[in-house]
Amino acid sequence: MLSSVRLASVLGRCSSTGLRTRLALAPTSARAPLQCRGIAYDSYNVPVAGLSEDLEELRESVNAFAQKELAPRAAQIDKDNEFPMDMWKKFGDMGLLGITAPEKYGGQQMGYLAHTVVMEEISRASGSVALSYGAHSNLCVNQIVRNGNEAQRQKYLPKLISGEHIGALAMSESTAGSDVVSMKITAKKQGDRYILNGTKFWITNGPDADTLVVYAKTDVNAGPKGITAFIIEKGFKGFSRSPKLDKLGMRGSNTCELVFEDCEVPAENILGEVGKGVYVLMSGLDLERLVLSGGPLGLMQACLDVTIPYVHDRQQFGTQIGQFQLIQGKLADMYTKLSASRSYVYAVGRACDAGKISNKDCAGAILYSAERATECALDAIQCLGGNGFINDYPTGRFLRDAKLYEIGAGTSEIRRMLIGREFNKDFR
Amino acid sequence: MSLNRILVPVKRVIDYAVKVRVTGGKIDTNVKHSMNPFDEIAVEQAVRMREGKQVKEVIAMTVGPTKSLETLRTALAMGADRAIHVETPEGTEILPLQVAKLIRAVAEKEKPEVVILGKQAIDDDSSQTGQMLAGLLGWSQATFANKIAVAGDKLTVDREVDGGLETISTKLPTIITTDLRLNEPRYATLPNIMKAKKKKVDKFTPADLKVDIKGSIETIKIEEPAKRSGGKKVASVDELIDKLKNEAKVL
Repeated sequence: MLSSVRLASVLGRCSSTGLRTRLALAPTSARAPLQCRGIAYDSYNVPVAGLSEDLEELRESVNAFAQKELAPRAAQIDKDNEFPMDMWKKFGDMGLLGITAPEKYGGQQMGYLAHTVVMEEISRASGSVALSYGAHSNLCVNQIVRNGNEAQRQKYLPKLISGEHIGALAMSESTAGSDVVSMKITAKKQGDRYILNGTKFWITNGPDADTLVVYAKTDVNAGPKGITAFIIEKGFKGFSRSPKLDKLGMRGSNTCELVFEDCEVPAENILGEVGKGVYVLMSGLDLERLVLSGGPLGLMQACLDVTIPYVHDRQQFGTQIGQFQLIQGKLADMYTKLSASRSYVYAVGRACDAGKISNKDCAGAILYSAERATECALDAIQCLGGNGFINDYPTGRFLRDAKLYEIGAGTSEIRRMLIGREFNKDFR
Repeated sequence: MSLNRILVPVKRVIDYAVKVRVTGGKIDTNVKHSMNPFDEIAVEQAVRMREGKQVKEVIAMTVGPTKSLETLRTALAMGADRAIHVETPEGTEILPLQVAKLIRAVAEKEKPEVVILGKQAIDDDSSQTGQMLAGLLGWSQATFANKIAVAGDKLTVDREVDGGLETISTKLPTIITTDLRLNEPRYATLPNIMKAKKKKVDKFTPADLKVDIKGSIETIKIEEPAKRSGGKKVASVDELIDKLKNEAKVL
């Protein structure tokens, strides 16, 4: 149970004695937002979550860090739609950017469940910063770990893992979302280089990325077998980006379109093999879905972190509203949905760490948790009533952030199709 | 001049963000615990002094049940070199004088030139251990430190006092208690958490150190502070004075 909560800035405003009472004071007015405080009531159930001692230590350490360094800034990040760039270095210093990467590149080599847990605790503090964290540390870093050759790993991983460089991955195009294999971007071989032409859309970290994993068609007539993965550097000739997108949620996780106009990429920057990009893509998507499942878990936990104290502070008809059965019902539903989602996600994480990666269950983990997260956020808003509907309180942000997880990394519809298709295969 | 060692006693307490509850006449301890924040400041100070080559070794110690090992691991992850766990039975409260005697026993074994500890623990708010330890050892003390500088074979310490800061010089060996503004403690990073698992932790019992942990204070009862009742609005100064005189009877 390692935690080192930074206090000075919080305590600096309090006299040093009796600080517990001061810090734990419930908001006294109905409009006092729950901000800039530690988690007053932690409903994360450690024995039920069942993490190993090491992972629980990891979780508590990340929790302390994220609640102090990130949570107090989350509302402003959402409002401004600006990623806090200083966080990359802080994530790097904490050792969070290479959870699944080997130690020789600066990683922790702790596995996918560990990565999911980190994703959960960062999401609990800020959904959007966590999404960018996930895009960097899983989509980009882990894809290079899994598919890069030694030279590529040595060239790109250390700076990505230290937080000096920012990573992204580009799969979708404006006309190729769920049907990603229909992508139009082309990569034509010209001597020892490939010339990329086309665009990629909705790219998380696109505006800021130094290193990007990009899928393109090296053979437009070969369908899935014509796709190849490339590592792109932001300085490559012919590479540019359109302005940042204005999104419903996940604001602060910078998203944009990438533009390739006769972009020259050296052949040595092919990730994996020519024509084998679809394997890189699909196998990466399984692990992406697992790790990103930490997002909905963290958002659901954030809903409970806000809602449980609120309903026991807010009084109507002379009673804490949390004592009313209709509110009790909501608390019970939210807690149960979170606990069930967490159990499934962690179970899939353990299986992946044991080498049993099941695409059905990676899809199932995020399908289930993402939809529950949207429901939990709606319940949180309802429990806060009028306050839930104003932006002084974070529940609206939780809802807007949660909705992304039903869309990004494959829509809920595609996930259902994937799961059903796995059963169909056994009866063909 | 470089000191040989600093001893940093740390305490496992209910986390500062947790609202403490009393149930059935007992404090609910089934909640998140962490290192006493003032002790984190003490660990940070000692680690910075080692990083600045002002001391060769930092030893963290704690007095408490098995679970207190987690707090020692935090200190090790923050940068302490090794740790000492004086293990006491779960559920036994150890009072400041007994803690001070246990620290004295460890200090006599390890011979640190400086002991740095929090000015108080946020659970019992006693603010006694450091001072009692100085008394027991017969060492000088600099309490409520705001700034510490090594000056030859002495330490120059700025102390937080009511009127501002007081600068004193203490001879070694010495006891320092930390105030809030001494520094801002670092986070334990993942690589350091991993390294901390390999660092040495020695275990002792109070009997090994020949200290009787039975305290001389008996807890009679524990209860939550009375709930705050709502205030009243008054229409005029006269009404306020009237209420203060006749209702609250404070004037």
